[in-house]
Amino acid sequence: MNLEEYKGVYVFAQQVDNEISGIAFELLGKAKELAAPLNTDVTAVLIGSDVKGLADQLAEYGADKVIVVDDPELKEYRTEPYAHALASVINKYKPEIMLVGATAIGRDLGPTVSARVATGLTADCTVLEIGDFPLVAVPGKEDEQKHNQLLMTRPAFGGNTIATIACPNNRPQMATVRPGVMQKIDPIKGAKAVVEEFNPGFTPNNKYVTIKEVVKAVSDTVDIMDAKILVSGGRGVGSPENFKILEDLAAALGGTVSCSRAVVDAGWKPKDLQVGQTGKTVRPNVYFAIGISGAIQHVAGMEEADIIVAINKDEDAPIFDVADYGVVGDLNKIVPQLTESIKAAIAAK
Amino acid sequence: MKIIVCIKQVPDTKGGVKFNPDGTLDRGAMLAIMNPDDKAGLEAALRLKDQYGAEVTVLTMGLPKAADVLREAMAMGADKGVLVTDRVLGGADTWATSTTIAGAIRNLEYDLIITGRQAIDGDTAQVGPQIAEHLGLPVISYAQDIKVEGDKVIVQRQYDDRYHVLEAKMPCLVTALSELNDPRYMTPGGIFDACKAEITTWGRADLKDVEDSNLGLAGSPTKIAKASDKVRKGAGEKVTPDSPDEAVDYIVGKLKEKHVI
Repeated sequence: MNLEEYKGVYVFAQQVDNEISGIAFELLGKAKELAAPLNTDVTAVLIGSDVKGLADQLAEYGADKVIVVDDPELKEYRTEPYAHALASVINKYKPEIMLVGATAIGRDLGPTVSARVATGLTADCTVLEIGDFPLVAVPGKEDEQKHNQLLMTRPAFGGNTIATIACPNNRPQMATVRPGVMQKIDPIKGAKAVVEEFNPGFTPNNKYVTIKEVVKAVSDTVDIMDAKILVSGGRGVGSPENFKILEDLAAALGGTVSCSRAVVDAGWKPKDLQVGQTGKTVRPNVYFAIGISGAIQHVAGMEEADIIVAINKDEDAPIFDVADYGVVGDLNKIVPQLTESIKAAIAAK
Repeated sequence: MKIIVCIKQVPDTKGGVKFNPDGTLDRGAMLAIMNPDDKAGLEAALRLKDQYGAEVTVLTMGLPKAADVLREAMAMGADKGVLVTDRVLGGADTWATSTTIAGAIRNLEYDLIITGRQAIDGDTAQVGPQIAEHLGLPVISYAQDIKVEGDKVIVQRQYDDRYHVLEAKMPCLVTALSELNDPRYMTPGGIFDACKAEITTWGRADLKDVEDSNLGLAGSPTKIAKASDKVRKGAGEKVTPDSPDEAVDYIVGKLKEKHVI
């Protein structure tokens, strides 16, 4: 593998139902930052059926170039035709860096593609930067230190440890990136990218699975990753009906309700409201943790919130270790009264 | 039908994380358990065995003590256990791990391979799909339901806002979510038999069609530049008010102070 041949920062521009996922814009924002010290440009790889019209949006969010792989086989996400598409792009265009969202799609596509093109993949990154590997040169072996490497930082062990990883001898350097962590740029209206169409050919083989049915969850809720105020409930809320008091509080503040994994496992709330390691990473201005004990897997998904308010009857609950303002008490008594007080305070302004 | 279930022994992060006095993670003090997603995958395999009859082989890669999770799986109802262990396989990233496990699986017959979606120590979700890729198999990740009809598997594949019902011809690989089911307990008879059961142990020499350059720490494309225990921002204030009124006044006061309301 001649590493010098590999150039450019590439982003997998995930789309679902011909709508670009937010993670694609976040990755473009980060890719632009990474491209600057490397003196290179940013390419979005858009894969789907009838998706060419989405290229301009990618340009507005920072793509210099868009490679479009458009084929009827790519209408719904399936591992095989998508992996073939992305691996073929990598083999033809030889990117130095390939970023993929750590979504339910990207965490399937990324590993399949990285194994196919025989390179490393670092999962669920939260920090990406360009630097040296090793970080500090080994005395006497200064010339072995590699520069301009992608340094990928990720939590592991349920968020208890953090590791920075490099991929010094293989290309592309591949990472999946947690949604909600990287910042998208303010869109540049009217920006245009160089659009190139590429079709490697799709011949179904044993790896193609058949989609028998697509079952969409009925949801009219706001994406919790976009919410400025989240009122999050855990098992301590007691019942699905009792989430009403959280919904009232959220409504008073113009916020949204989210929940812990226990609530999803109990069937009280749908999966798309789940915060945490196996749910979504959120960073709202205010996060209310109500009746949430604060398992490390939950904390990993919300600890970046600006202000964390916890209400729990168990004074030893670990949520108090991360809360800015912790209140030991009965949520059933406190929450409804808090809602009324907040309404009164807002009305008095 | 022959089913292989890949399982991993992991430290239990859910049962409470233990720290050393210096703030680093005390791995020795934490229980070693069968990874939850893998256990759900094993349960799915055992249900297929109950329903249609199947031979279930559990396979793990790890230190010699990882044999414990194989015995646990056999006490739940798995028929055979394979331990892949060798000093030269240590320090493997997901590429080298999946290469190793694929090399072991090439010695076995199978219709279906089930892995957990991800392990609770690494949280990568990469090893399952990468094993499938090395073996040239179709992969279905994030399974929330697994059925078999003839020579096909029908799987509900979970996404954020939907699921797809997918059909694949076997052989194929499926990665299981812990939401899939509630795993059964070991039976006393099962525990008795599993203690005496023979476990097949394989080392580097037993791996089929695998290059040394793709194994262990040296064969891992990803290298750790730095690892540390996460520094958390730490606790803020904690109050225990005497009444709900007092609690509400406290919270409203803070929200005003921070200009939230």
